[in-house]
Amino acid sequence: MSIDTILVFAEGDESGPSGLTLELMTAARSLATNVEAFVAGDGASMADELGAHGASKVFSTGPLEGRLIGVHAAAALQAQIEANTPDAVFFGQTPDGRDTAARLAVRIDQPVVTNNVGASFEDGVLVVEEPVFGGTQNVFTAFRNDGPALALFRPKSFEAEPTGGGSAEVVGVEAVDPGVAGSAVVTGRHAEERSGPQLDDAAVVVSGGRGLGQPEAYAMIDELAGLLGAASGASRAIVDAGWVPYAKQVGQTGKVVKPNLYVACGISGATQHLVGMKGSKNIIAINKDPEAPIFGVADLGIVGDVHKVIPALIEALRSR
Amino acid sequence: MKVIVCVKQIPDPALPGELDPSTNYLKRDDKLILDESDSYGVEMALQLVEAAGGGDVSLVSMAPNGEVGGLRTALAMGAEDAVLVSDSALAGTDALGTAKVLSAAISRMSPDLILAGVESSDGYTGTVPEMIAGALNMPSITFAKQIRVEGSTVMVQRQTEAGYDDVECPTPALVSVTAGVVEPRYPSFKGIMAAKKKHVEELDLDALGIDSSAVGKDGARQETIRVTDAEARQAGEVVEDQGDAHEKIIEFLGELKVI
Ligand SMILES: Cc1cc2nc3c(=O)[nH]c(=O)nc-3n(C[C@H](O)[C@H](O)[C@H](O)COP(=O)(O)OP(=O)(O)OC[C@H]3O[C@@H](n4cnc5c(N)ncnc54)[C@H](O)[C@@H]3O)c2cc1C
Repeated sequence: MSIDTILVFAEGDESGPSGLTLELMTAARSLATNVEAFVAGDGASMADELGAHGASKVFSTGPLEGRLIGVHAAAALQAQIEANTPDAVFFGQTPDGRDTAARLAVRIDQPVVTNNVGASFEDGVLVVEEPVFGGTQNVFTAFRNDGPALALFRPKSFEAEPTGGGSAEVVGVEAVDPGVAGSAVVTGRHAEERSGPQLDDAAVVVSGGRGLGQPEAYAMIDELAGLLGAASGASRAIVDAGWVPYAKQVGQTGKVVKPNLYVACGISGATQHLVGMKGSKNIIAINKDPEAPIFGVADLGIVGDVHKVIPALIEALRSR
Repeated sequence: MKVIVCVKQIPDPALPGELDPSTNYLKRDDKLILDESDSYGVEMALQLVEAAGGGDVSLVSMAPNGEVGGLRTALAMGAEDAVLVSDSALAGTDALGTAKVLSAAISRMSPDLILAGVESSDGYTGTVPEMIAGALNMPSITFAKQIRVEGSTVMVQRQTEAGYDDVECPTPALVSVTAGVVEPRYPSFKGIMAAKKKHVEELDLDALGIDSSAVGKDGARQETIRVTDAEARQAGEVVEDQGDAHEKIIEFLGELKVI
């Protein structure tokens, strides 16, 4: 027995669906006989890739530009769910994914289970897996509601794989006016300069933490990252302190990275940081405190001062 | 201006967390403290009221056993009063149930603005604020890093992957505040003394007209069927830097073919 239909809340931009969306498509495919996608926006530009990842249909609201989409997406999703009764709806653990799932949960009075990294079908119900206590334990939750199972998944929990299928059929859905609740509008967008490899898909990530001592020392991290063709990341401590932008934050409330190599410099290894990088293939940690928890997950741990070890490393790499 | 801040009282995150093996709920036996994630909302609310030149900040919280430890901290920071919903039937309540309870408590007040943390430190579902807005049929803006109120419009810098968006909506509205975006004030001695006398109204489900089947374990309609230990990552070699640690790193980078 398997699940009949899973609807995936698909996100992306002009260039197509996000990596996370394709991961969810792949997971949904392994559980359900039919997988459909819902796009709060222009579904047509995503139909090829969604189809290639197993979507039979792409439901599309059409452009929702200028609006904060959660409320609008949830209203249209509700109509969709009532018409087609999917067994589950999968969302990415993203700002819009959370907003939409939360609004939808209230509209249809069904529970949402968040932060999942796995899903299975057991005894006729969907079971989702959530890591707790910094990923030291996993909690498995079975849905006991009668209605669709609403589940949110963390990025990089599954590997995206195409099926080789063709483009999915795009089905336009009516926008539903959510009234005053939908009145939040976006009046401006500000993007930070992004150059070099991006955290999400870099093969090597070099991150710095409070152990760097002062904001200027982050230049060392950028330089080392440059020499290794790596993306630079950070702990929340230095994001909160304003040394680097939020886009660099790795961890529970930042990005989840799974590079071939993660280099943690002056980072203690708090559980909220570990959940964002513990899945890396290899980890190097540099920390002056031999008791720092980061050493518990490092393949190579250096007990030392970042201000000595990193400049020496940069020097050695430059002279190669 | 009247601002309500939703605050969660949680076990001290510095202490190791544990699940109660009989219920699989997070153990909450020790004293509860103000969730740091909510201290930013409290600070933001106090600043907004100061900027508006008047008004007050009220707190709303749901916690077991009439717990007020965390509320007192927020009252000492400068909040005026608090509503605490406490009821033994609430054990096992999920995010949606929590939103039902908090929105019912809030609907008895008439705020211009409701603030909450983006996500709690212990549960971090990141859905409760948006669910509260849904239950109250109000506009909302999540992930705020800066908030300004002009007349009956709230203007927010909303954090995004790439930077931030300017987002606005009419009040009354709910805004969830990103952690770390303001420096929460330390309660002064005077504040701490005053907080002891501030009014905390305690309500149960009856007082809110909520049926106990809508919340708690029954309302959650989900069940923890097992808890497993994750495969631990093996710690590797740890070496002390004697001035040559970089060589060790270079060697490792070579093995990984990173260089
Ligand atoms: C709800 C919630 C969500 C969170 N989400 C995240 C998240 O997404 N990402 C995240 O990173 N954190 C997150 N945190 C914060 C987390 O708990 C830690 O506070 C944070 O990760 C600590 O950052 P740090 O390791 O840089 O700083 P610290 O913990 O202060 O560690 C600094 C380390 O540097 C070492 N050090 C000092 N000087 C030197 C030196 N000269 N040379 C070498 N080492 C040195 C010290 O020994 C220490 O181990 C979250 C917390 C909460 C409550």
